[in-house]
Amino acid sequence: MSAPADIAAPAEGEPRKPPPVRVLVSVLAAVLLAAAPLFLAPYAISTLTRMLVFGLLAASLALLVGVSGLPSLGHAAYFGAGAYAAGWFAQNVSAQAPLSLLVAAFTGGFVAAATGWIAVRARGVFFLMLTLAIGEIVHQVADSWESVTGGSNGLYGIPATEVGGAAITNVGVLHWYVLAAFGGGFAVLWAVKASPFGAALRGIHDNEPRMRSIGYPTSLYKYAVFVVAGTVAGLAGGLLAAQQRLVTPADLGFTTAALALLAVIIGGARSLWGACLGAALVIFVRDSIGPSLDGHGPLLLGVVFILVVYLMPNGVAGIRIGRGKGGGKP
Amino acid sequence: MGSWFEANLVSVLNGGAIGCLLFILAIGLSLVFGMMNVLNLAHGAVFLAGAFIGWRIGGESPTWGTFALAVGAATLLGLLAGAVLSAMTEPLRNRSHLDQALLTLGIALVAAELLSMTFGNDVRATNAPPGLDGTVPVLGTDYPVYRLFLIAAGLLLAVTAWLVVSRTAAGAVIRATVADREMVSAIGIDDRKVKLAVFAVGSALAAVAGVLGGPVYGARPGLDSTVLILALVVVVIGGLGSVKGALIGALVIGQIESLGRALFAEAASFILFGALAVVLVLRPQGLFGRADMAGAPR
Repeated sequence: MSAPADIAAPAEGEPRKPPPVRVLVSVLAAVLLAAAPLFLAPYAISTLTRMLVFGLLAASLALLVGVSGLPSLGHAAYFGAGAYAAGWFAQNVSAQAPLSLLVAAFTGGFVAAATGWIAVRARGVFFLMLTLAIGEIVHQVADSWESVTGGSNGLYGIPATEVGGAAITNVGVLHWYVLAAFGGGFAVLWAVKASPFGAALRGIHDNEPRMRSIGYPTSLYKYAVFVVAGTVAGLAGGLLAAQQRLVTPADLGFTTAALALLAVIIGGARSLWGACLGAALVIFVRDSIGPSLDGHGPLLLGVVFILVVYLMPNGVAGIRIGRGKGGGKP
Repeated sequence: MGSWFEANLVSVLNGGAIGCLLFILAIGLSLVFGMMNVLNLAHGAVFLAGAFIGWRIGGESPTWGTFALAVGAATLLGLLAGAVLSAMTEPLRNRSHLDQALLTLGIALVAAELLSMTFGNDVRATNAPPGLDGTVPVLGTDYPVYRLFLIAAGLLLAVTAWLVVSRTAAGAVIRATVADREMVSAIGIDDRKVKLAVFAVGSALAAVAGVLGGPVYGARPGLDSTVLILALVVVVIGGLGSVKGALIGALVIGQIESLGRALFAEAASFILFGALAVVLVLRPQGLFGRADMAGAPR
């Protein structure tokens, strides 16, 4: 009853475009993002910065969901762990520029390593349930560990990031700081996806039993990519703390994880750039339409989920778990 | 040991009551998933709907009449919700678990939002019906009668569910569908009807659990995801599609939620995760799950 392997999405992630065009588009996008503070109003700049932060989270989730076939419902846990770590570090140790980001990335990776070994043992629907449970448990920890996280009030009054003794308070400069870190995190994700390791991950996505039988330690590979994605999500969390200067339990809650998953699905699942564009769209909708919904954003989110599942079967099918419905079969 | 038990008796009993409530909730989730391969993330929303119905019909201090009416209304609503969920997931039969999870997640978000728009964002506490709202002395401690009633109701339901699943013709169809859905439809039983029936009964149990849980938790927004996560952990620990597993899992999680929080306070969430980890390392398919439904590679 399991679907034949060859109806799964083709092994190549995206249709190949001629490299010069891709390079040109990437350079153009980078230049536009870098030049944005020179011609945009402060509010638009900070929206763009939020898009970058959320885009990095979505891209790290796309590496898990689309490339490796690990649809995590709890990825916000590592994002939030990084954000709390960066905020706590900036408050209590040092707000010097890259330090809190390094702490954030390390914490995201560490929490992913501590919890991921359970998750990657599971397949199919068990993976969904476990990542959901892990995400919710980390959320509870953030909510109840008041001495470190500030409980349900969150961590507030995080000092602005300092570069050489001067605090970054200008939104444009902050945008450049976030853009630079985004570039670093995205480069890591891209390098992983383009490497032989990334090719093996795509193979695991398409047919894990076959990859295992030709000698790949598939569980180890899944664990490794889970930790890498957690590390980059932690870095994105560090950027969130730097921009928002406030971290609340909602940042690692289920709604954040669901929004990131939505961005990945809208972006076509397998593309890291697509996830970033999806994230930009999600943030744009949340920030521009959300306030007029009177706090009923989740209603819109739920309706969008239902519509996406029914109306975009191919968009969602690209991230099918394993081989279609045979999630529980070897 | 004796004095420790006496000191923590209230927590142990509370854990039993929470466990029995979780069992009523988790049994539907477990059977629907075990049989039909559908992960129903809207299960917690059905529970919350039941809790709000209990508050709406019974008010803050229900009589036996309004309490029974609330249970009846919740049963009907649960049956209806299960039928709707079954119909909505039917087109996704051949799609991935993620698609089904996203759909039921969307439904859960919409339902939770509609409930909070209808009933507001306050905690809607209810009391137990008369006769159950007092306390009785248990080993020198005054303990709420209602929670003892919950323990009794949960155990009664567990026995009933076990008898139905293991001793009746309908139960044989359910077990056969858990084991091999294609074979069941090959011998002429419409497995869509089986799915509809199990979905409807499972959702009705969740809604009734909501009414019963009202006096313990109080109906409030956010309760749906709290109980959903606990039920998921129960199902993962107990094993999918197993009545016995759901009962044992629910009693274990009930003790962690109650005794764990009483003894270790801030660390209770870690204990929950620790229990999940230990069980999955030792028995990847859950305590009473079948090996071929396991999530883990050999």
